Amino acid sequence: MAALTRKEVEEIALLARLHLESDEIDRMQHELGAILEHFAVIAGTDTTDVPPMTHAVPMDMPLRADEVQPSLPVEEALRGAPKKDGNLIVVPAIIPGAE
Amino acid sequence: MTSASTAPEFWSVADTARKIAAGELTAERLVEAMLARIANLDRELGAFLETDGDGAREAAREIDRKRTAGEPLGPLAGVPISLKDMLVTKGVTTTAGSKILEGWVPPFDATVVERLRAAGAVLLGKVNCDEFGMGSSTERSAYKKTRNPWDPSRVPGGSSGGSSASVAAGLCAASLGTDTGGSIRQPAAFCGVVGLKPTYGRVSRWGVVAFASSLDQVGPLTRTVADAALVLQAIAGHDPRDATSLTAPVPSFSEGLAAGVQGLKVGLPKEYFEGAIEDDVRAALDRTIAALRDQGATFVELSLPHTSLALPAYYLVAPAEASSNLARYDGVRFGKRAEASDLLDLYRKTRGAGFGPEVKRRIMLGTYALRSGYYDAYYKKAQQIRTLIKRDFDAAFGQCDVLLTPTTPTAAYRFDAKQTPLDMYLGDVFTLACNLAGLPGLSVPCGLSRDGLPIGAQLLGRPLDEVTLLRTGAAIEAAVGLGARRPSGIGGIS
Repeated sequence: MAALTRKEVEEIALLARLHLESDEIDRMQHELGAILEHFAVIAGTDTTDVPPMTHAVPMDMPLRADEVQPSLPVEEALRGAPKKDGNLIVVPAIIPGAE
Repeated sequence: MTSASTAPEFWSVADTARKIAAGELTAERLVEAMLARIANLDRELGAFLETDGDGAREAAREIDRKRTAGEPLGPLAGVPISLKDMLVTKGVTTTAGSKILEGWVPPFDATVVERLRAAGAVLLGKVNCDEFGMGSSTERSAYKKTRNPWDPSRVPGGSSGGSSASVAAGLCAASLGTDTGGSIRQPAAFCGVVGLKPTYGRVSRWGVVAFASSLDQVGPLTRTVADAALVLQAIAGHDPRDATSLTAPVPSFSEGLAAGVQGLKVGLPKEYFEGAIEDDVRAALDRTIAALRDQGATFVELSLPHTSLALPAYYLVAPAEASSNLARYDGVRFGKRAEASDLLDLYRKTRGAGFGPEVKRRIMLGTYALRSGYYDAYYKKAQQIRTLIKRDFDAAFGQCDVLLTPTTPTAAYRFDAKQTPLDMYLGDVFTLACNLAGLPGLSVPCGLSRDGLPIGAQLLGRPLDEVTLLRTGAAIEAAVGLGARRPSGIGGIS
């Protein structure tokens, strides 16, 4: 297990929506490879019939009444948006070339 | 333990609240003294990312007005507190130590911040941390270096390094940190202060910048165990806005603190005493064990057989959750945005420019572990190991009331000492399992190394049994704690 190809690193970066410079890809390939190699020990652990633990404390999803609660005014909620037009957040074209 | 110091900057939380309530000092005068001290010392220390002088002064004046008017004061009235920058604060810049949130001013307070305000605390500002809590030395902050007040050539620990440094240096009476894999306990150990990670779900995570949602908890860093109990009291308890917050009743954490350890059964897990532990750490733990034995505690040596798997399991689970949680930083609704021609490009460039190297590494690692075809081998396997680790602890607590271990294998190290990411991860070896199992954990100072650096003893308890941790911690503090010794590494600290 472990050693990652440069292409794999590029694929993961795309899935993670991360732009990496060429030297970052090299470094990531090396560092992630070393980390995964160290973690290979888990493959040899017998976990037959062991349930995966998703939360530290067992809990049921709590339910609440579907009622309108006080919330932030739109102006407050949008205050941190990098680009807006009135009550709307502006983003570049979602489909390239459609704008 | 009450503070022996007459200087208000080193008053305990309890003493401060009592003196303010009695009118011995006004909250306003205290806050002015603290702000002046920060201005004087923090240029070298580097704990604060932002001080909120106006907000702190306003809160202090309100405390003084209430006292003069004879209105009831909260249990933390006038107590100056700093907040790790992972906690969202209304009107005060919150960055999580990341450039991607540079300049972000939240429109709301985290539940823990609301609760501190309601208790009368005076919030001095936001303190430094590793970016998004990912690191163990605060060297991964995108903003500044925070120094260890005991030796400015060394790290304060992390990720809550601004919290531990500000408390140790007397720039506040207490701080709130967050702990995902040791980020409260390890910096507390490095800076000679008390750090408590509560049971998962004891404290609300609403308004806490999310790193790994099944592991994150908020908790206090203080100079005494009694102070940790007081601050926990103010922030603990159910919050309907956090679906993982527990409805269990909150006991009095201060009651019975001085009851001692007569008859207490303390477990010593052998896996935590093997391997590369510094001699001074080992010696400090030996003295701690002897002191507790003198006070009537009994010891049982036991095994937590899956301990060595905690590190790989943690470094798969936490990055997997982080890769999902950090998807929200996309340059659309808040935070920084890069110029781009289409939406995918906007996401990639914003995140590529906004995140630092450690955050990128963890997002990549987490995305890899969750990827279709790899999920069973990594993420699911790590979650199964988590169950094995929890079962180890359940069995151990059948034999003892509390576990005692070193908090860290070494005392605080020098800047740039950890050359590779893996080196840094290995330093967390004693603190990670606690988060994986959701247990409460306390680090309490248990002496100094030959170099004069603080060493921490870690106590791990049954879920919701913070009371036993605090009682045992108080006994350690009284026997082998730092007493009135203060750091002298930063000019003017005395």
